[in-house]
Amino acid sequence: MAHQPSSTAENAMHKSHGINVNEVTRVEGHGNIVINIKKGRIEELRLEIIESPRFFEAMLRGRRYDEAHHIMSRICGICAVSHTSASLKAIESAMGITISPQAMLLRKLAFCGETLQSHMLHLYFLVLPDFFGEGSIVPLMKSHRDMAAMGLGLKNLANEICAVVGGRHVHPISLVPGGVTHAPKRDELEKLRDRLAGSFKQLDRTLGLFSSFPVPEFRKDREFISLKARKGYAFYDGSPFSSKKDSIRPETYAKKIKEYAVPHSAAKHARTSRGTFMVGALARVNNNYSRLAPSAKKAAGRLGLKPLSTNPFMNNHAQIIECFHATEEAIGMITALLLTGPKPEGIGKPKGFGTGIGLVEAPRGTLYHEYAITKDGLVEKANCIIPTAQNLRSIEDDLRHYVPTILDRPKKEITAAVETLVRAYDPCISCATHIMNVKFV
Amino acid sequence: MLKSVPVAAKKPKLAFFSFTCCEGCQLMVLNCEEEFPGIIELVDIVNFREAMSLRSDDYDIAFVEGSISKKEEIKKLRAIRKNAKIVVALGACSSTGGLNCLKNRFPMEEVKKAVYGKDARHKPMDTIPARPIDSIVRVDHYIHGCPVTKEEFLSTLKAFLLGKTPDVPNHPVCVDCKMAGNICVFEKGLSCVGPVTRAGCKAVCVTYGCICWGCRGPVDDPNMNAHGETLERYGLTADGILKSFDLYGGYRIYKTGRPAGHDGPPAVLDGRKRHA
Repeated sequence: MAHQPSSTAENAMHKSHGINVNEVTRVEGHGNIVINIKKGRIEELRLEIIESPRFFEAMLRGRRYDEAHHIMSRICGICAVSHTSASLKAIESAMGITISPQAMLLRKLAFCGETLQSHMLHLYFLVLPDFFGEGSIVPLMKSHRDMAAMGLGLKNLANEICAVVGGRHVHPISLVPGGVTHAPKRDELEKLRDRLAGSFKQLDRTLGLFSSFPVPEFRKDREFISLKARKGYAFYDGSPFSSKKDSIRPETYAKKIKEYAVPHSAAKHARTSRGTFMVGALARVNNNYSRLAPSAKKAAGRLGLKPLSTNPFMNNHAQIIECFHATEEAIGMITALLLTGPKPEGIGKPKGFGTGIGLVEAPRGTLYHEYAITKDGLVEKANCIIPTAQNLRSIEDDLRHYVPTILDRPKKEITAAVETLVRAYDPCISCATHIMNVKFV
Repeated sequence: MLKSVPVAAKKPKLAFFSFTCCEGCQLMVLNCEEEFPGIIELVDIVNFREAMSLRSDDYDIAFVEGSISKKEEIKKLRAIRKNAKIVVALGACSSTGGLNCLKNRFPMEEVKKAVYGKDARHKPMDTIPARPIDSIVRVDHYIHGCPVTKEEFLSTLKAFLLGKTPDVPNHPVCVDCKMAGNICVFEKGLSCVGPVTRAGCKAVCVTYGCICWGCRGPVDDPNMNAHGETLERYGLTADGILKSFDLYGGYRIYKTGRPAGHDGPPAVLDGRKRHA
């Protein structure tokens, strides 16, 4: 760890704190942070996940294959397109269903929309108030009207992408096993393309804004896991990859990522054979840096993010970089769609049954769905590995390393710093509590 | 139904609470990007954990999303009811129990074991059958849907601000579907619960190429006999289509063994497709 203890470290040695943040705000879902410091030593530290577990894998049993994506989308409102996509990929792989190139483009376009939407929500609604010492974006709508309006406008555009493709962002409608049931109109796509092209100006200003805030210095060697595609940046496509230089076969992902339950969390924790690892935007940028679109690479340069960046606070910056990439990619996909149509299409039919895996990069990291489908087309078993669950151990580990370096500060500041670190991970706790079937065979 | 709205006179305080759910309905509220600056001129939002640090027990209208599936949630919900002048169920999980009730088909111990294995004994995994909030407290108004629509949230809020009783749509999705100019999904060889499902969604699922999944629950007095005849005309059995009711009608089925307005036996699966 590169952080140097401050000159007041001496004082910190004798400090005792009990820090309890009940129901951390501005994160998705319910969690508490509990830290107990006695004489400068951490006696107790945990991120308690108190979200109600929902038992999706159990619920899905006995349901029809063509209901699965509809049900599993409801794991999370924010990353509904990701859960839908992972679910569809698992079903399609289990049943030998193929989808058309146009359907693939449309799904990937919706995926870009969701990545943008989720990142904008995190950056503007959840993170930004920290920098202004405010509790939410609401006071900023008055004190920094233009800035708040810019954030709202970018988020609105992202939602519009999902709405044009899928009917709405929260729980998209038209994405089904075998393809996409709705062909957007040309003028809708053209309008979207123009708005996206115009949004680079706001993205630039967003970058300028976030680069003006100090980033806490905190480095710690860590393993980053994300998908990596043969071609392009991994959002919808790709195979699991570790920054410790090895690829992981999709079929072995559930074995490499060991999940285990802890008594203080309704979400499981996870580790690899090397221990703690991190997933999410920073992991993706680190693992796919060379695949970034030109504007995104330039953004990375301006933000000073180069692989391997091990500072978890840089996850916010990685999200900004991905916003540039997703915008550029979305424009390219719309251009491709306009070349050929889009035309109304039929959807691919099931050819068999069995077990299938669907892996995607949700905004918060690698998302894994695995289903077994019977010959009657019913889901027999399901297993999901959720990004935030994979990050929980990393968050606790980081807190254990980070808190001792800031012990000289007043308790209020430590509490704020701890919340900021947790928030930088962009945890999605309602997702993380829908895990996981350990008994999958 | 609401008789008078005591909050219209001054700047009302709004609070948002979330129980067992995906938080997608809160997100639909946050998706009112264009309206947000206007909304905060008219109301004070004093509780919105997903988006704000502020927390207060002093509020007029509580929007509650999510179903109740833990004992602790019952206590919290009762406290909200005590504090709020108006309680609004926000979305399917809260108003009908929603998809969460699919787990009620299995014994709770078995569900816990299936997901958490031997660690199912840990306290955070405690669970009770999922239920709508009106099975615990009195609810003044319902905004249906999975997720709710922005428009319905905004029109509800507007009604409260004007001292009016907000509308709850009570016509079937078929009406919305006709107004949207859609081809009936039965004509496409699919089946659908739209004829008995509460509208207000502009039949958006059918417009985007799918069927009505029934997320808003049945209308107040569903004409199941006529629906049965429609199904027969298209070669379907009522039993078969009942299976689709338990996606969103799970709580009623859990309590009574059958969906709203139907007195037949519990459902079995049929072989109809859901997409073209």
